[in-house]
Amino acid sequence: MTTLLPSPTTLAALAKIGLLVGGLMTAAAYLVLLERWIAAWVQDRRGPNRVGIPLTKIRLFGLGQPLADGLKIILKEDFTPQHVDKVLYTAAPLVILAASLAIFAAIPFGSVLPPLNIPGLPDPVPFLVAPGLDVGVLWVFALSSIAVYGVLLGGWASNSKYSFLGGLRSSAQLLAYEIPLGLGLLGVVLAAGSLKLDAIMNAQAESGIWYVFAQPLGFLVFMVASFAEAARLPFDLPEAEQELVGGYHTEYSGIRLLLFLVAEFLHMITAAFLIVILFLGGWHLWGVTGSGQEVTWLGAALRCGVLSAKILAVIVFFMLVRWSWPRFRFDQLMNLAWKVMLPLGIANLVVVATVEEFRPQLLASLGAGWAQGAALAAPWAVFFIGWIGAGLLTPSGTDNRPILTRSPLDAEHGLLTNTSRDWEKAVR
Amino acid sequence: MKPTDPAITWLEPKPLGLTERLYLPLFLQGLTTTVRHLVSPKVTVNFPEQRPVVGNPLIYRGVHRLNRDDAGRVKCVACFLCATACPAHCIDIVATESPWPDREKYPESFVIDELRCIFCGMCEEACPVDAIELTSLLDLTGKSREEMIFDKEKLLSVYDMTKMTEPMQSAELERISEGPL
Repeated sequence: MTTLLPSPTTLAALAKIGLLVGGLMTAAAYLVLLERWIAAWVQDRRGPNRVGIPLTKIRLFGLGQPLADGLKIILKEDFTPQHVDKVLYTAAPLVILAASLAIFAAIPFGSVLPPLNIPGLPDPVPFLVAPGLDVGVLWVFALSSIAVYGVLLGGWASNSKYSFLGGLRSSAQLLAYEIPLGLGLLGVVLAAGSLKLDAIMNAQAESGIWYVFAQPLGFLVFMVASFAEAARLPFDLPEAEQELVGGYHTEYSGIRLLLFLVAEFLHMITAAFLIVILFLGGWHLWGVTGSGQEVTWLGAALRCGVLSAKILAVIVFFMLVRWSWPRFRFDQLMNLAWKVMLPLGIANLVVVATVEEFRPQLLASLGAGWAQGAALAAPWAVFFIGWIGAGLLTPSGTDNRPILTRSPLDAEHGLLTNTSRDWEKAVR
Repeated sequence: MKPTDPAITWLEPKPLGLTERLYLPLFLQGLTTTVRHLVSPKVTVNFPEQRPVVGNPLIYRGVHRLNRDDAGRVKCVACFLCATACPAHCIDIVATESPWPDREKYPESFVIDELRCIFCGMCEEACPVDAIELTSLLDLTGKSREEMIFDKEKLLSVYDMTKMTEPMQSAELERISEGPL
């Protein structure tokens, strides 16, 4: 009899999955509303403020808009063009949505619940669907790479030029930025000594020093790379409207388009979660949340609140950046990934590894306070040196006049020295 | 014009300075502008409850009206200048002999298809007697196409409706310049 019943752990996991999927879908819907609001406010408009509770005249500042948007797009015709690869065309949105949702199995959305005293459940209960997963970070990165397949499949299966270009662009872009993303992450993993995301948060909470302060360069690299991974402006080349109509989802309509759009917002939520968990201390806030594993109900709620507030702040930052910065050109995008972010990521990794290696010796010779200071000063020094060096050494890549080639070898050089004076000479 | 033309002055873009190459100062500048607009007062209004402010009703191009003269008669003399000037061909006039001594013709019927109209204001420009004018009524709605075809009575009633708030332009110009033009 007892063997047929699922164990309390399974039930708890199922409850968490239900909460998480429901919560994420709602969050994605409301983020669309937030995005539209911020877009409107930045452009001095008022934004959607009409739809409230259905069948009444109550408006609620437009908070009913996601429901109307969702209904509209679900009720639209789900059209499959004649020329597509039917199987892949159908599979692509499913792949991307499933992968984007499954990522959250390993992402903690709070710290821990106080003991519930239910036999079979671990005490305290972690806010995590798969608490025993030792390779949480790897799981997140593996699945976000699979989500890229959805984009590629969608672009390929649509059998249309715009979709294909969008798919091509995103494959190059996402491959290029996986590397700085991983390098930014490696520093955190080295410092925390664990691949578990909740352990990384706990490490920051215990020391009180968030990794954004300990590894500024890593934060910069990770932040830029996660903008690119989430395909947000200024890196939204896979779906640049002005160039590609809609990019990889040009041919999609109805509910399948909805799946793509939801997955895009889930990517943004994932990126915000990762930035907050890895670099901004997760649920920790000095003097408010405490740092131990023993919590009351109030403490647990407080930690959830702090985490959500931080994530919301990061998402709002994502949305503001969209209206502040123009899109990169593709060669600038690639320059940034390979010539700037990759070296900076490696520099960060080296300095973090050095600091972690010599931390015991520093502690022994300098004492706790000075050792901590030195461990913080070294990464900041490397941060400024690296950044200024990158600014001075990299081609700015803003000159898009035709390159004058005198010999085949001059082509590379011409990018840096091509001036209108040369133009004049060449024309004469 | 060739690139070597002496009339062309070649300007060198200024080389980027350190702050520009570091991206962040410029980025913060952009972000500040964005945030300033985020919190600044909005230029749009909640339309049906709040009416947009029409800058100068005399030059706003909204719904048409047919003006009346002092005796309450239609001012139009059926000269067809507005219909000729209309790029959308939305004005249809049927002229007939005038019963009054001060003009030869008057419009028996004067119909404007408001759905075809592009509100360019050419009719108002063309009219020699200031008979047709565009008002500042900006929310023109109807439930059918037929309803949106305005005949003479309707256009005269628009005048009756708006004559208090929007004086005739000829009269208004006279008032501004204090005397007949």
